Amino acid sequence: MGIEGHHKENFFSKYVFSLDHKMISKQFLITGMVMGVIAMVMSALFRIQLANPGESSSILGTFLGRWAEGGVMSPDIYLSLVTIHGTIMVFFVLTGGLSGTFANLLIPLQIGARDMASGFLNMLSYWFFFASSVVMIVSLFVQSGPASAGWTIYPPLSAVPETISGSGLGMTLWLVSMTLFIVSSLLGGLNYIVTVLNLRAEGMSLTRLPLTVWALLVTAILGVLSFPVLLSAALLLVFDRSFGTSFFLSDILVQGEVLSHAGGNPILFQHLFWFLGHPEVYIVLLPALGITSEIIATNSRKPIFGYRAMIGSILAIAFLSFIVWGHHMFITGMNPFLGSVFVFTTLLIAIPSAIKVFNYIATLWRGNLQFTPAMLFSIGLVSTFITGGLTGLILGDSALDINVHDTYFVVAHFHIVMGLSAIFGMLAGVYHWFPKMYGRLMNLKLGYIHFWGTFICAYGTFFPMHFLGMAGLPRRYYSNTAFPMFDNLLDINEVVSFFAIAGALIQVVFFFNFFYSIFRGPISSQNPWKSNTLEWTTPVERIHGNWPGEIPSVHRWAYDYSKPGMDDDFVSQIVPMKEGEEEHH
Amino acid sequence: MINVLIVLFVVVFVAQVVRIFEISNIITKTKNEVSDRSNHINGILLLLSGIGLLVFFFWQRAEWMDQTLQISASEHGPLIDNLWDTTMGLIIVVFLILTPLLFGVAFIYRGKENNQASYITHNNKLEFFWTAIPAVVLMALISYGLVVWGKIVNQDISDAMVVEVYAKQFNWTARYAGDDNQLGRADVRFVGGKNELGVISQSTKDSQIENLDKKIQKLTNDIKKSENPAEKKLISKRLEKLEKKKKTLMTYFITTPMDKLMAAEDDIITKELHLPVGKKVLFKFRSQDVIHSAYLPHFRVQMNCVPGTTTQFAFTPTITSADMKKELNNDSFEYVMLCNKICGAAHYNMQMKVIVETEEEYNAWLETQNQTKISNL
Repeated sequence: MGIEGHHKENFFSKYVFSLDHKMISKQFLITGMVMGVIAMVMSALFRIQLANPGESSSILGTFLGRWAEGGVMSPDIYLSLVTIHGTIMVFFVLTGGLSGTFANLLIPLQIGARDMASGFLNMLSYWFFFASSVVMIVSLFVQSGPASAGWTIYPPLSAVPETISGSGLGMTLWLVSMTLFIVSSLLGGLNYIVTVLNLRAEGMSLTRLPLTVWALLVTAILGVLSFPVLLSAALLLVFDRSFGTSFFLSDILVQGEVLSHAGGNPILFQHLFWFLGHPEVYIVLLPALGITSEIIATNSRKPIFGYRAMIGSILAIAFLSFIVWGHHMFITGMNPFLGSVFVFTTLLIAIPSAIKVFNYIATLWRGNLQFTPAMLFSIGLVSTFITGGLTGLILGDSALDINVHDTYFVVAHFHIVMGLSAIFGMLAGVYHWFPKMYGRLMNLKLGYIHFWGTFICAYGTFFPMHFLGMAGLPRRYYSNTAFPMFDNLLDINEVVSFFAIAGALIQVVFFFNFFYSIFRGPISSQNPWKSNTLEWTTPVERIHGNWPGEIPSVHRWAYDYSKPGMDDDFVSQIVPMKEGEEEHH
Repeated sequence: MINVLIVLFVVVFVAQVVRIFEISNIITKTKNEVSDRSNHINGILLLLSGIGLLVFFFWQRAEWMDQTLQISASEHGPLIDNLWDTTMGLIIVVFLILTPLLFGVAFIYRGKENNQASYITHNNKLEFFWTAIPAVVLMALISYGLVVWGKIVNQDISDAMVVEVYAKQFNWTARYAGDDNQLGRADVRFVGGKNELGVISQSTKDSQIENLDKKIQKLTNDIKKSENPAEKKLISKRLEKLEKKKKTLMTYFITTPMDKLMAAEDDIITKELHLPVGKKVLFKFRSQDVIHSAYLPHFRVQMNCVPGTTTQFAFTPTITSADMKKELNNDSFEYVMLCNKICGAAHYNMQMKVIVETEEEYNAWLETQNQTKISNL
């Protein structure tokens, strides 16, 4: 691949079945955004229900049709909405949309490669992702309703259609969709790893790699090691559902009939699921942390503080993420001693996480901060990472988990630390690399409006949920009216819903800005943020093969900002070391 | 229709806002890039949002803290609550340090055109400290947490009162072990008629088999009467199924040891959970269909109910329902058990009343439950 292999392009080879990593990255981004809008609208719908339990609303009637007779949402569709909202957000937006977009865009550009190691596998990766998205959307329209057993699809609820309506055809399509998704993720992940390891430009040693690439590399490794386990769990579930096996099922009585399954254990599924599920949290989070490391350094006009510690903490988090899955299962009846081990490993993750936070703040300290929208979202990420990460110390402690497990406290925790942080990282990345994707700049002021609206609504939505959880309100409750003890929580729910819906509406500003700027935004200069990394040495016109001539060779790390003795406050990685200049990091 | 209009309105509104921006940009000749002015404004906004976040935090505590579960009503409850207070205190302190630090630093070092950032790449001493301090604090926290965990899961349960909590879509049932404090064996295959929990005993077997025999008798007659071969086939299939069920029941019955059969006879099935105050109770959890989670927030108790296996949790209630009503100044207060694992459409309304009372009240209540004793079913 490269200019030598340049072939004649038509509409299809350029925009649809493109082999070019930059186009594939845009395809991932747009697909992720479409899925994100769907999931966001779903959350707005169930927030309407939660703030006005059982009341009629014309909006619900319009969107849900027969699932909301007279504008009142049915409990079945409520559970479907939370299930699909979670599935889409975790997998399609924050895994496919985030990793798919930025690994594709940044890995070749930042390591100095003409394209991915295999452009064809890369294209397949996108089209599997696309097919998977289509199947997921199709599943919304089946007669018995979309999957509704929660995004964690614990059997037997997900395995026995008699127990919940969504576990019929909806669940089958969910499993088909996830299988396609996993294939996509594996094809992409292998490609990213191979590309980073083999196609780095001359001089781009591993200790000169930008932290984005480090984060994306480790993310890909996590995905390749953990997604196959989810695939196996999904396949075993398919066997239990359709072929009468009993991996996860035993002694089940529904509608007066004892099922023939015997000897299986539902908890086994949870072990398999969370063996992916916990690394998945970091598959979502690490790319966001990588992106913000890059953006914060660039816009602080300062080297990232503790570059090696940042790499070390990424590796430590990645390693630990494989041995903490049991903290999702403290109260499943798992051996309490095993629980203790998971408490230990889980709380250890706080150490590398703390290092990252301190390093971010130290990077800002004595910087010359340029508050671009990307920079603001990055600072927002550090804030949500602190706020949400801290409550992890409570949930990771098995004794404390007993009383807040599966309550809104958990919802608050993971939405802030994983949802908000990752989405802030993703938005930061979009604002920052938009000029590289489309050759134009996004509108700055709309970016500011978007950030401030989003930031305020994000905290307004998720912070109050801690109090709901501490009052004992379980998650996935269609309404909290069935228990007198929750009656006085309605005012908290109203606050949450207000901010959630306002936060969804403010995204209109972003989407408008995004699509408007693709066509009408001012033309970007080659290096609009005065950044050091290699992608800004490519021309503004996005050409196949990235560099029109030779691939430049790399002479320094990515973070020589404001280095004393230099002409500018940035030094591109392709600038040779001056005589007597020290490379220190 | 109104929704379409709203969407249209929003789109038009945003478009107009952008137009105004574009025009004002042309008039004031500002470029679409970061300036000292925008840095200054955003720096101040960051500072304000840092302060705002703290204000919001304290406002929420003032407003909503009294709606959270303040009083625990079990012996191990205070252990958890103390650990909670310690951990929560710690993370609030860290939150109150880091949030102002982050937003403050962002405000102070907001960019100016002539400013120069410092070239600082790392600082080993500093990094050592901020690795070591969290590590030490966490070790302490882990140890404290595990001690509490150990006390909760390693209770002496030899003299605990055994109660089975049985989950199904969408309600709870309890089974008291009776005078012998031994639960009889149970299996979903034995569920039928009044034997809601599938308890295996002489009497439940007899009534089930009797029932089955009646059905079999009827079908055998039907088959003789029927002249339609298709119908005959259908009935004989049903017959086969019943015979099989009978066989299964007999197998389960025969393989149940005598002492278990005896233990089952005095078990009592109830729809309310009554617990004597100050007496340790060992809950044994079962489920007949999907995973449920028995959540008793006031007692700081939660355990999943998993079909195919039995789980358990031991605790001692310390405050009677009557005392709690006084304490909370709420006459309608009742302890409840909720389902806290998504289990189907009515998940949000799967509950059982829990009443903690004095030993005498409890015994008196148990007396009244005689008609649901297994031997009386």
